[in-house]
Amino acid sequence: MKFIKYIITGILFGIVMSKSEAVSWYRIQEMFRFQSFHMFGIIGTAVLSGVLFTWLIKVFKVKDLQAEHIKFPEKDRSWKRYLYGGIIFGLGWALTGACPGPIFVLLGQGYAIMGVVIFGSLLGTYTYGAIKSKLPH
Amino acid sequence: MVEIIRQPWPWYISGLAITAIMLILVYFGKSFGFSSNLRTICAMAGAGKHITFFNYDWKSQRWNLMFLFGAIIGGFISSHWLQADIPLALSKATILDLQKMDIHFDGRTAPGQLFNWHFLLSPKGLFIFLGGGFLVGFSTRYAGGCTSGHAISGLSNLQVPSLIAVAGFFVGGLVTTHLIFPLLF
Repeated sequence: MKFIKYIITGILFGIVMSKSEAVSWYRIQEMFRFQSFHMFGIIGTAVLSGVLFTWLIKVFKVKDLQAEHIKFPEKDRSWKRYLYGGIIFGLGWALTGACPGPIFVLLGQGYAIMGVVIFGSLLGTYTYGAIKSKLPH
Repeated sequence: MVEIIRQPWPWYISGLAITAIMLILVYFGKSFGFSSNLRTICAMAGAGKHITFFNYDWKSQRWNLMFLFGAIIGGFISSHWLQADIPLALSKATILDLQKMDIHFDGRTAPGQLFNWHFLLSPKGLFIFLGGGFLVGFSTRYAGGCTSGHAISGLSNLQVPSLIAVAGFFVGGLVTTHLIFPLLF
């Protein structure tokens, strides 16, 4: 039963992704053509409010559900993996019109062909694991 | 109340709602990052027997699989009960650009013209959906995160690596949209 809260949060996430239209192939096309403020408004609002709340949590030393101080993980200092990986991600994001979250939300919406995208993404993750040591990080 | 939720949400409500999701997970002692589920599923399927990258305690990530399961249900609920019967308010310029590639705007979430089994099983369809999925899966682990992990969680914590990754997302997205799509359609 300890997992029920994550399922409920996931349901909220699925609804938010759907109602925001961030799952829409058309909205992603529109974003990469800079023809509407919609997606930039969503990401911008999320980032600005995220920065504010993350800062407040640090300043007021807020505790989590387990009564432990909330810590935010630092990303490894490097640039190659983020730049190369990021560019490859952008290529795939615009091709499918969906990033990982929306891929699964769209499956729930009834787009059964997203099963093929999920299969492809698992193959991609597996391939990364297999050749990780040969890539510049 | 349900009638209000059924309408498309304005961008500022959507943006705040995404931050709320991140904060709920942070409060549970977790972090918001969707793509690590792909690694978890590979590990769960036994990939750790051959590849050390997948040999870790994936059971500690079960909470995120539950989040993923919820996301699928959330999509189902939205499309069945929370969808107003009005077409997507896509910009005129985008509709015209797509038309030049013979992709016709149908007002739905994704173009039915591309999102069907017939198109998927064509060479272009396999390139877009199977190939695109492969790139997403490969790159999220290479870059160490996707839109949720880098653009939302990472930027909220002012991480320079996340800023580099997000800049990369846009470089790749622009290349696909403006160079690859015109070659495909």
